Formats: sequence, C-alpha cells, structure tokens
Amino acid sequence: MTNHWIDIRNSDCILIMGSNAAENHPISFKWVTEAMKRGGKLISVDPRFTRTSSKADFFTPLRSGTDIAFLGGMIKYVIENKKYFKEYLAEYTNAAFIVADKFDFKDGLFSGYDPKTRTYNKSTWAFEKDENGNPSKDRTLQDPRCVFQLLRKHFSRYDLDTVSSVTGTPKEDLVKVYKMYSATGEKGMAGTIMYAMGWTQHTVGVQNIRTMAIIQLLLGNMGVAGGGVNALRGESNVQGSTDHCILYHIWPGYLKTPKASQASLSDYNAKYTPKTNDPLSANWWGNYPKYSVSLLKSFFGRKATNANDFGYNWLPKLDDGKAYSWLDIFDEMYKGNFKGFFAWGQNPASSGANANKTRQALAKLDWLVNVNIFDNETGSFWKGPGMDPKRIKTEVFMLPCAVSVEKEGSITNSGRWMQWRYKATEPRGDSRPDGDIMTDLFKKVRYLYRRDQNAVFPEPILNLKWNYTTNRRFDAHKMAKEINGYFLRDITVKGKSFKKGDLVPSFAYLQADGSTSSANWLYCNSYTNKGNMAARRTREKSGIGLNLEWSWCWPVNRRIIYNRASVDKYGNPWDKEHPVIRWNGSKWVGDVPDGGWPPMLKPDGTPNPKTKYPFIMKPEGHARVFGPGRADGPFPEHYEPLECPVEKNLFSSRVINPTAPIYKTDMDAYRTCDPRYPFVCTTYRVSEHWQTGVMTRWQPWLLETQPQLFVEMSPELAMLRGVKNGEKVIVESARGKVKAVALVTKRFRPFTIQGTVVHQVGLPWHFGWVYPKDGGDSANLLTPSTGDPNTRIPETKAFMVNVKKI
Amino acid sequence: MEGKAFFIDTTLCTGCRGCQIACKQWNELPATKTENWGSFQNPKDLSFYTYKLVRFSEDIGDDGKPVWYFFPDQCRHCVDPPCKEIPEDPNAIIVDELTGAVLYTDKLKKVNSEDVQEACPYNIPRAQPGTGYIAKCTMCVDRVHNGLLPACVKTCPTGAMNFGDRDKMVSLAKKRLAEVKGKFPKATLSGIEDTRVFYLLADEPAKYHEYAQATIIPGGIDRKMALKRIAKPLKELSKEWQLLHKLAS
Repeated sequence: MTNHWIDIRNSDCILIMGSNAAENHPISFKWVTEAMKRGGKLISVDPRFTRTSSKADFFTPLRSGTDIAFLGGMIKYVIENKKYFKEYLAEYTNAAFIVADKFDFKDGLFSGYDPKTRTYNKSTWAFEKDENGNPSKDRTLQDPRCVFQLLRKHFSRYDLDTVSSVTGTPKEDLVKVYKMYSATGEKGMAGTIMYAMGWTQHTVGVQNIRTMAIIQLLLGNMGVAGGGVNALRGESNVQGSTDHCILYHIWPGYLKTPKASQASLSDYNAKYTPKTNDPLSANWWGNYPKYSVSLLKSFFGRKATNANDFGYNWLPKLDDGKAYSWLDIFDEMYKGNFKGFFAWGQNPASSGANANKTRQALAKLDWLVNVNIFDNETGSFWKGPGMDPKRIKTEVFMLPCAVSVEKEGSITNSGRWMQWRYKATEPRGDSRPDGDIMTDLFKKVRYLYRRDQNAVFPEPILNLKWNYTTNRRFDAHKMAKEINGYFLRDITVKGKSFKKGDLVPSFAYLQADGSTSSANWLYCNSYTNKGNMAARRTREKSGIGLNLEWSWCWPVNRRIIYNRASVDKYGNPWDKEHPVIRWNGSKWVGDVPDGGWPPMLKPDGTPNPKTKYPFIMKPEGHARVFGPGRADGPFPEHYEPLECPVEKNLFSSRVINPTAPIYKTDMDAYRTCDPRYPFVCTTYRVSEHWQTGVMTRWQPWLLETQPQLFVEMSPELAMLRGVKNGEKVIVESARGKVKAVALVTKRFRPFTIQGTVVHQVGLPWHFGWVYPKDGGDSANLLTPSTGDPNTRIPETKAFMVNVKKI
Repeated sequence: MEGKAFFIDTTLCTGCRGCQIACKQWNELPATKTENWGSFQNPKDLSFYTYKLVRFSEDIGDDGKPVWYFFPDQCRHCVDPPCKEIPEDPNAIIVDELTGAVLYTDKLKKVNSEDVQEACPYNIPRAQPGTGYIAKCTMCVDRVHNGLLPACVKTCPTGAMNFGDRDKMVSLAKKRLAEVKGKFPKATLSGIEDTRVFYLLADEPAKYHEYAQATIIPGGIDRKMALKRIAKPLKELSKEWQLLHKLAS
C-alpha cells in the first residue's frame, strides 16, 4: 500500500474492485465502515455480488478479465469531463512530458514489438530531451505529443458502448461509478482503491494496477490521506516476503537480481543506478550502489572486500532473457530438470495454477522436503488421486515446523508496518522454528563443503556470514539488527560520528565503500540504538491515524508515501482537514516527509532551488502516467484473458496480451472460445478458510461453516444445465476437473458480451483431497499456466470451464 | 430498565462468522458434521452445540440489484421470558439478577423440550438428542460478571455487535436507526421493547429470518404468551384446589 489500513477511514470514496475486502480482509472493513460513518461512499465492482457488495452504496458487475476496459472508460470520462486535478497533474506527474517521435501505438501494439520473441524493445518508449538532457515539458498539457494528449488519444476508444459490450456492465452503471469516483478529483477530496488478487492474477495484472494508478494521478489522489493505491496483500507477511526478496527477480529492498551479462559489480551498479540531469530531482535510486554494497557486506561480512567486488560473483545470476518464476519452476520440474525441491511453508500441489502439472512435476523429483504444520497435498502428492506410489521415485521428507505464535519475529502488513511479535508458547513435539531448521541445514551443508577438497565453487557457502544464533538457536533480534545494518568501522557521515558496531540510524547513512552493512536498505531505521522500533505500541491521541509510534514502517517510518504531493507548491495541504504534512515556515510537520527539502516555491512565489519534486523514487521526480518500464506497454490496453469467451477484442485485433507467457508441455492445454468450455470461471476465497486450507481444513469450527468445495452460478445457468441448488456437479477445464456443490445464487447474473449471453461461475480454492475426504479437491486443477508478463503471477481469475450434472 | 443488552447492527454485519465461532470457542462446543446444502449458512440451524448462527438470505432489492442479508441469530434474553413459564420448577430457568441473562439449568432434563421450544417466540431453545438437556446462548454471563464482553461481541470486527447497559444500548440502537433511515427507509429495530437483544434491520424482518421478529397478535402479546397467560391462572388454581383438597381430607 502507498497508504495504510487505518488511513482508509479518511477516504471520501472507496472503490473496492479486484478485491472482496469484507470477505478476505474482514478486519480492514472496520476502517471502511468508519469511512462510511463519516460520509464516505463505498463502490463495489465484481463479477459477483459479494459480502463486500452487500455493504456498498453502489454495486455493479463486470466480466472477469475486463478491468482495463472498465477503468479505461473512467479515464476517458475523467478527461472529457475535466474531472482531473490540473495543477497536480501538470506539476507532479509526467503528464506534461513530451514523448519522443518514434513512440507509437497501433492496433493493439506499441512500437518495438518483436513477434518472434513476443517481447518489446522499449527504446522508443522514451521522452524528448531538452538542451539539458531532461525531458521536454509542456505544463499547459496541450502539446499533441505530451503524455496527457497521448493518454487522451489512447483511451478515446474506450467509449461507453464498447466498454459495456466488453465488460457486460450496463452503461448507466458505468456512468454512475465514473461520476461517483471522479468527484474525488476536487481539491481536498480523496478517493482510494482497495484491490487484491482479483486484479493481479491476470495476464494483464500489472496493467490493471497501472490503469488505476493513472486514475489516481489524474484525480490527485496519491500522497494524500484517504487516497493512494492500496494492495490488500493475500497473506499476513507476504509484504515482508516481497520486501526481503523471496522472488527470483529481486534482491532485498527491491534491488535487482544480477544478470549473467553483468560480469562485474560496477557493470551491475551502472545498469541499475539511474541518472538525472535535473537538480530538482532527488532521484533516490541514484543511491543504488550504497544499498547493493551494504547488502553484499551483510551476506559475506569481512570476506567481502573491494578487491573481490564485495563477493558479487559468489551470487547466482539470471541468464539474460530467461524467467525463473513459479510457473517456470514447475515447468522445468515437469521436464525433469530438478533433482530436489523444498516446498517450505507452502502447498504448491493445491496453490499453483494448473495443479495437475505441478503434481506430476513433483513425481519427477529425486527428493522433496515439505516443511509445514500439517500434512497436505504436496507432502503427500505421491498417494494422491491418480498416483501410483510404486512408480514414483521421489523421496519425501516432512519437516514439522513451528506455528507463528511459537516463535518471535516480525510480520510486515499490507501497510508496510513491521510489527514485532512475541513467542506465546513452545513448539509442540519435534516441530521447530524455520530459522532453526534453516540454520542447521546451512551449517551441515557448510560442513560438507569444508570437508570436501573437490567441492565445486565453495566460496558462496564458505564465505556466507551466519552469526544469527544465540545458544545455537536462531535469534530474530540478531537478524533484525543485520537487516537494519551496522557501521563496520569508525566513520563520520553528514557531520555525525559513528563507532564500529553502531546500528545505522537510517539508509541516508549507508555507504558504497564497504563501511556499512544492511541486509535490506528499506528496513534501515527499524532497529537502531533507540531500540526495536517494530515493537513500539503507543497509539496516537489525535490525528489522521498515522500512529507514528505504533510499530515501524518503511521507509524511515513514513506512513503515507509520496506525501510531498499532498501539498501545493508552497507546502500547504490540499486537504486542510486531513493534512499529511505541512510546511511551518522552517520544516515539515505531520508524517515523516518524503524528503525534508523545502517546498517548491518560496513564500514570495519564486522557485526555491533547494526543493525537490515529490515523486523521489523516479529519476525524473515525477509520477508516471506514461510508464516506460513495464513489459507490455507504457499505457494499459485491454486484452482478453488467454482463455476467453469471445473471438474478437473490440479494442484492437490483438486478442490476448502479446507478451503473455505460454508454456508448451503436454500438460499445458489452453482452450479459448471453445464450445466445450463455454463458461467464464474465476477463483476466490472465503472468510472461513485460508489459502489452500492447509491450516483451516483441520480446524473443526471452521470446517463446520464451510465444509465443501462449491461452485457459485446464476439461476439461469443452473436451469440451462438442469442443476438444483445443493446438488453436486462437475466443473472441468482443458486441464482438469473437480466435483463441487452447486450454489445457485442471484448474486451471479449472466452477462451480455458483444451481444451474446455469457455465463460466469466461481469457486473457492481452499480445498484439497487430503482432508476432509468429502471436501473436494483444489480449484487450481482447473486454472491455466499463463500469467502476467511482468510478474508471471498466474491468471487464475479468468479462464474457461464447463459445468455438468453428475 | 436494569441489566444488560446486545445491540446488533446488521447494516454493519458482513456475515464473517467470527461471532459464531468465538461462541463455540468460549463455550468449548464441538463442531458438528455439515455439508454444503447450497448456502454459506452452516450449520443449517441452531442446535444444542450451536448457540449462535449467522443466517444468510438473498433477494433482489428495489433497485434490481441483489441484496444479501446476514442475521446473527441467538437467544434474545427476553425481559419476561416465555420459556421460563414452562417448567414446573421455577429454578429450572433462571434470570440472572445482574445482567438479566436467561440461563438454562440441567433441571430442564425433566421438561419436555418441545414445549420449551414451542414457547419461544424466536424458536431458540434446542435439546441434546438422547438426553433431553436444553441449551442456548448464555450471554457469556461468566465473562460479563468478570468485566469482559461476550465472546461474540469481542470478536466482531465491524461494530455490528454491541453490548452494555440496556439503557445505553437502547440509545445506541435508536441513534443508529436515525442515522440509517435515509439510506434504508424500511429500517426497523426488532426486539427493543421486551428483549435484551435488539436488531437493526435495513429491510422487512421476514427477509432476514422467519423468526427475526416475534409474531404479534392484536393485544400486543404473541399467541404462545397469550395461551400461557390463560393457562397460568388455571395452574395456580389447580394448586389451590389441591391445597383445599388436602386440607379437606
């Protein structure tokens, strides 16, 4: 989230789309409720009328996979009806930037597409430069090649008729939503978006979010209280896991994983350290080398020196142009290219798309280690439906691990708040905390490497620093301090003197010369000489809910990021009733400012040369309406899901995302516009179960409330298939099938798409064959192995199925 | 009026079932075997092992859009509980002095449970199959006596469940009714006159649950209560007769 949970109460208009917050983030609804009590409005847009919809001021449905069409229509509405916040747009975003001549968009393709590799060469997605090498700008937003005018042109095709025909949403409903939401473009009003997997799990997932980000920039909703782009993360600490880089393409703190072509540390740093010629741009990523070198020092300690590039070459690199995501892992595994696999605190046999492929892939392994609290479909894959244990050579180890309340540590929530948690009780039986399991595993591997004279490339193992134990047990405090970072020698920075061994007070003090360490620069400031900031528990007595002394958040405890955009150029808040920061003449008061530099104008109205533009993480200092960094385009564009119910895309002749990943084994079947699979299908969750149900299916009180896999469908579809409410049916896709209880409900209605009736159904993915026996299996047996080209998150929210009576 | 009360604001309820499960946890009640019968509602009904049940009902609203109503059903802890009249033994059902909680005891084993269930205008009491014991919500009277909120109230994330002194809950309920009338013109408060569990409903009570509101017959008391009021003097009369008979013999 750019904002945080409590801040939601400050919103004048909350759009919940691509999320069912009341269902899956029930505690968050406390803040939505509070916002509504204060007069804020709630809009729910969802293929199905959900628990969230039941509380909304306005609900309207849309077909799964058509969010860009819906929101693109809103962009058109905002521009045509001049609902945008002009000063904010012109001054704080790149709407005023002039785009270079060679950039083009034609019939669904941006300039630079290579049909052979199905990727873009993005060099034409660039700005015209002025004599100083900075992007040329027209702050009046009138130049036909400025981003604003190109945006207007791009979304001129998203008229109400076309949008309605693609989404299935009635035209009058579209207008109503657009009108309600765009009212937040008024100065002093704020609108927020709460989204989740309903937006991310698509081949256009990232572009879904980009579309909303553009809307929020048009309306001046970034950096303000009650605004922002707010992802409701799907798990209590997934924010922590992404911050600490447990994804192939990033290093802790969202640094990049090096590629094979970046042979030296300086090559790597040069590639990822952006430059700017504009003295008013803070260009915070310009500090990149300080963060990468400090990270390497945390990994390798004293062994990392200038002479060996701080151990840069002891770390694995990605082959250029190759992806190593979840979908790629199981693709390679299915092809027999993995010997072993740690399924650590996860259940891929039920959680990953195209679960049959995953289950078959596990059978190709020599060994599998499943670290988990309960037995599950992954650890027991070899005795699952359709498996013959006699023909499976995989040796499986189950390592029981401790539950979260049996160990101390931190959890980072969606709002970036790192909250320390205490150990409440001892782990049961032989179950052990993950940190202890990892420590012992590492120590044993290191011992084997030390002992073996012929060990291949031992440096990464033997040089890894591992001083995170106390009495041989993993010590979360030691790790938390390492994450914050230390001064490794006596040093003076910015006029302040530090001793070797002092904790670094904030990332502003990190160095690129090896004198500091930090296992995650973003978390530098979280554990300092003042103590464990994440353990603080003081509530604010008054204010807009920032709670600056409750836990700690990144970066440097800034609760609402981009907050320099919440004020005008003199430093006065747009919204006087909910100010985030305010310039009091000599400094900023309120939230931690997004940089302490003074406002852009002096009190006499002349430019202040000491200022910086508000969006400090972009090299140009301006927020990106035109976003040249994405794999599939600088502007969002509607494409149909890989499996869709229509032959044509009404917006262009490219039916699907031209860069969406596709896999080619015999287990990767895709059937689009196929009469055998005529219904749109989506997957979702319920309040009562958690993820694949590994923890919740064993909990009798929870299972009592939601005992079995169900498929929700409209009464019209039920009649078509002769199905009664409560009756068992088969749901099948090109990849697999499940038995489910039909839940016939008016909360699903048939859509009219391009003049044809299109039915949609949905299933929760909480069940698995291990337990209970009559509960049903994973809905992921149906979902496709394709996903977003930027993140490769699978497209589990829109695919095609059939429903049949048994 | 003294004692405690619940105010349940269904306009804030999201049907999450936190209350239903908190009740099970606090009272250490077992889960029952269920199957999906075509609804999120499960178990299907209250039972000896389920004191609190969120009931789900769907309809199409006046604007043509769906509506989904959640009704967290529980014992209403009537101020003058009709069920208390059924057992011979006046101590089989007790009204707690401090809170007004209506409490069932094991003396109910001797009473015909169907009579007790029939007497209840809200169809709450449920017997244990085989033994005849009867159970229902206890208002978490053990928690309340120790200064804690009932488990269901403590758990509720949205403020749908409220609990406190009855007078305060009445004020809160009336305030919320006034606040939502603009958005929900048909909104009513059910049970505020004579129970300790009032529901703010956005729509007609019958759309939530058959027993969301006690059925009223002209005269202001319901059929069951009316029958009992008539029956009561006869019972007392019969005791007098017995006494006289005894004295006479």
